[in-house]
Amino acid sequence: MSAPHEWSATRIAAAVNAGEISAVEVLRAQQAQIERMEPEVGAFLSLTAGLAQEQARRVDEAVAAGRRLPLAGVPLAVKDNMCLQGTVTTAGSKILAGWVAPYTATAVARLLEAGCLPVGKANLDEFAMGSSCENSALGVTRNPWDLRRVPGGSSGGSVAAVAAREAALATASDTGGSIREPAAFCGVVGMKPTYGRISRYGLIAFASSLDQIGPIARTVEDAASMYDVMAGHDPMDATSLPRPVEPTARALRDDLRGLRVGLVREFDTKGLGVEIDAVYRRAYEQLAALGAEVVEVALPHAEYGLATYYLIAPAEASSNLARFDGVRYGLRVDGGSVQEMYGKTRAAGFGPEVKRRILIGTYALSSGYYDAYYVRAQKARTLMASDFERAFAACDLIACPAASSAAFEFGAKGDDPVAMYLMDYYTIPMSLAGLPALSVPCGFAGDGLPQGRELPLGLQLVAPLYEEARLFGAAHAYEQATRFGLDRVPPVLEGVR
Amino acid sequence: MSGTVVEQAYEAVIGIECHVELKTVTKMFCGCRNEFGGDPDTQVCPVCLALPGALPVPNRVAVEHVVRAGLALGAVIPPFSKFDRKNYFYPDMPKNYQISQYDMPLVSGGVVRFRRDDGSEGSCRLTRIHLEEDTGKSTHMGSGDGRIAGSTHSLVDFNRAGVPLMEVVSEPELRSAEDAVAFLEYLRLTFLYLGISDVKMEEGSLRCDANVSIRPVGSTEFGAKTEIKNMNSFRSVGRAIESEIERQRNVIAAGGRVPQETRGWDEANGVTHSMRSKEQAHDYRYFPDPDLVPLTLAATWVDELRHGIGLVPIVAYERLEHACALAPAQLRQLLGDPALARFLLATVELHPDDGAFAQAAANWLLGDVLRILNERGTSIGAQSTLTPRTLAECAELAMGGAITSKTAKELLERVMSEGGSPKEIVQREGLAQLSDPAAVAQIVAQVISANAKSVADFQAGKENAIKALVGQVMKVSKGKANPQLAESLLRERLKQT
Repeated sequence: MSAPHEWSATRIAAAVNAGEISAVEVLRAQQAQIERMEPEVGAFLSLTAGLAQEQARRVDEAVAAGRRLPLAGVPLAVKDNMCLQGTVTTAGSKILAGWVAPYTATAVARLLEAGCLPVGKANLDEFAMGSSCENSALGVTRNPWDLRRVPGGSSGGSVAAVAAREAALATASDTGGSIREPAAFCGVVGMKPTYGRISRYGLIAFASSLDQIGPIARTVEDAASMYDVMAGHDPMDATSLPRPVEPTARALRDDLRGLRVGLVREFDTKGLGVEIDAVYRRAYEQLAALGAEVVEVALPHAEYGLATYYLIAPAEASSNLARFDGVRYGLRVDGGSVQEMYGKTRAAGFGPEVKRRILIGTYALSSGYYDAYYVRAQKARTLMASDFERAFAACDLIACPAASSAAFEFGAKGDDPVAMYLMDYYTIPMSLAGLPALSVPCGFAGDGLPQGRELPLGLQLVAPLYEEARLFGAAHAYEQATRFGLDRVPPVLEGVR
Repeated sequence: MSGTVVEQAYEAVIGIECHVELKTVTKMFCGCRNEFGGDPDTQVCPVCLALPGALPVPNRVAVEHVVRAGLALGAVIPPFSKFDRKNYFYPDMPKNYQISQYDMPLVSGGVVRFRRDDGSEGSCRLTRIHLEEDTGKSTHMGSGDGRIAGSTHSLVDFNRAGVPLMEVVSEPELRSAEDAVAFLEYLRLTFLYLGISDVKMEEGSLRCDANVSIRPVGSTEFGAKTEIKNMNSFRSVGRAIESEIERQRNVIAAGGRVPQETRGWDEANGVTHSMRSKEQAHDYRYFPDPDLVPLTLAATWVDELRHGIGLVPIVAYERLEHACALAPAQLRQLLGDPALARFLLATVELHPDDGAFAQAAANWLLGDVLRILNERGTSIGAQSTLTPRTLAECAELAMGGAITSKTAKELLERVMSEGGSPKEIVQREGLAQLSDPAAVAQIVAQVISANAKSVADFQAGKENAIKALVGQVMKVSKGKANPQLAESLLRERLKQT
């Protein structure tokens, strides 16, 4: 019999609710696993053992009192850009090192309410800016499939924790691909909902009009259950959608009959190399084999995605990050005047990528440049949304890669920010259009590694606005038929260094 | 060139910018109480302290207040509006951007009609009214005079941060300091009548800046303007504008040029001094706040608000002026208290076009009613025993000679304590004035025979003695005798003897 840390969230919750195992016991097993894995993987910036224990006891009491909790006793990693009251919450930045959140993000609060045990705060690229987790100022997270490689980013800690069985579920956030790309890199399921589905209250903002919280899990069913708990209107977030949420975990299906799946003409995978190209071709064939009608759709403005994103996101970030000034909290480096204090604090507190984006964003919003950059980027964004609208007139779902490659080695992108930005080529257009999308494991690529040690790849499925149920339903059919994410485990679990 | 020539050849061009703190239960974007005072940092939360992850949610009542202000001033309410971020760093502004409105304010246009002290009419159009949030309050320590120059450190209190603030911008249509003050007074009264602000300059709930320039009479172009700040009363606004006009005249008379700049008013010395030049102006990098969705103002909702506007001060002035001939001081007193003005107008409307009645009602209200209210430490709006109808009855009874003024005052005291109809009380208790000549003559005869000394004094030429005799008649009649009738009967009888 396997240990509870290897179980799916669904199985844990069922066992805890049935009284077959206590949340305290689940937590004990989970913490032992974390102790084994952390020296290798480094998924967490801080562990929250006390909080998890307290919560486990509360869950056990609730279950003993006859309550059934949808995620009873499920160990949860919380991306460290989300506030959890009483925990150090850093967004991976020196400027917030040691800052203790005095309140809890709505999405996290809902997960705790549902019975999750918060085991730790997961590493991320500083302020969620990056695609490898290498921009974290506070820790290194390694890919459990190959410790010489990055876990992807920005939600690198979240996906590594779930892949290494350090948590059954993890919260993550996606601005331009920060859930889907790392989920692909670490062979787990990562989903970004429709913009506004999950409250951003308590999520440390990177780019407000793009940031979305979403679930990380090892199965589609787990991700759907977690999404169901987090989704829904929150009066604390003015951009949170006021519409009702249909439960997705009950809409899972076993085939794709009656669904038209669109392949994007502009997203030809030949350029990704023979090996990866073959994986995606096979994935598309499997979709057809499951009963989907495969059609071709066009996203003519997708090629402007990166340029558009790298104006809008930094513009918003330049303003969102202005609050980190040394006045009220976080790092302060004293100076002779308040301006000098600002300058020294921000120079010492922010890393190079964050500074680069603040500079780009400040420039894009400046008088005389605003129309040429910010306004035009917004127009391009509108065009991209209409591209998708037209595409979805001809299909029910879009399928494409979740990232431009498999996980790469540390330092592989060197100092070339654009090479790093290109990792999100396939995920950014959906973010700009606010669409729900997920990454589900779809095969492996050797990239020079020996057989049996290949790296996972992710298939991105995209649905029209608000069609999360359709998205999870189709992903589940694909996952169950192909089992790429279910049967193989990362080598680190078998003691491979 | 002689000074007098210049003085006659130039006119002042004045525009006003007003910041008005709105009266709401909670702050603009969070649930903190909106109250003046309180120990520092006691009315704060994650949102108004700009903690990481906190999000703004707009206060609907504040939006309503601004729309009502616009409607009361005859402005256009556009169907769409939005919030923008105004980016600049300042220690008492927690986010280092202010949520404000840039190019789509809630209110466009409008006009403030006002009356000068001499009763003449004036008006000034508005450019716009928009909604934003207030900053915290900095206190500069160690410089002795509270100024930032020479201070050793500053303390910040965030209680005020996030208080809803309405900014009113006028067109440059005012031509004198007197008009600027009258404009401000009517603007203040309008907000007071709407109940949307305390409009207290001493508490900072009303703050204003004046843009002042001068130009040759007849010119349609504007001269370089200076923006005058730090005026803390309407009197200082008037003085500052006068002083600034004078200063600019002198500069030009001396052959100089007025640079565009911001100047501070020095109350103690009665002069403005340069604060910063326009070249140091900020680039605020305005952009739409992505944390907030655009506002859609439904026409039906706006109409509903329009119907609820009620009495505005300029209309109150015109109706009062039409109804009765009040001294300017009385008119000002009435206008300054919306409850009082509404009460009088409601009273006056009971007998439209009866000037004498209106005058009597006004005299009663401003005289005995206010005196009694003051004695009892209450106000017209806070009491409920006296109604416009019962005040009207008191005035009618006294005017028609049905009761003596003494009885009338006693009656008013009673009505203001117990309520009830004065006419019914008079009838029930036989308080009507004794105006039957035969009945009064009987009392007069009685008094003459009982007061030989006073009679002798009068007949010896002591005119004052008649007063004592009238007093006796009143005493014997328990205050009901018509005193004029008593006096004339007394004179008649004493002449005969």
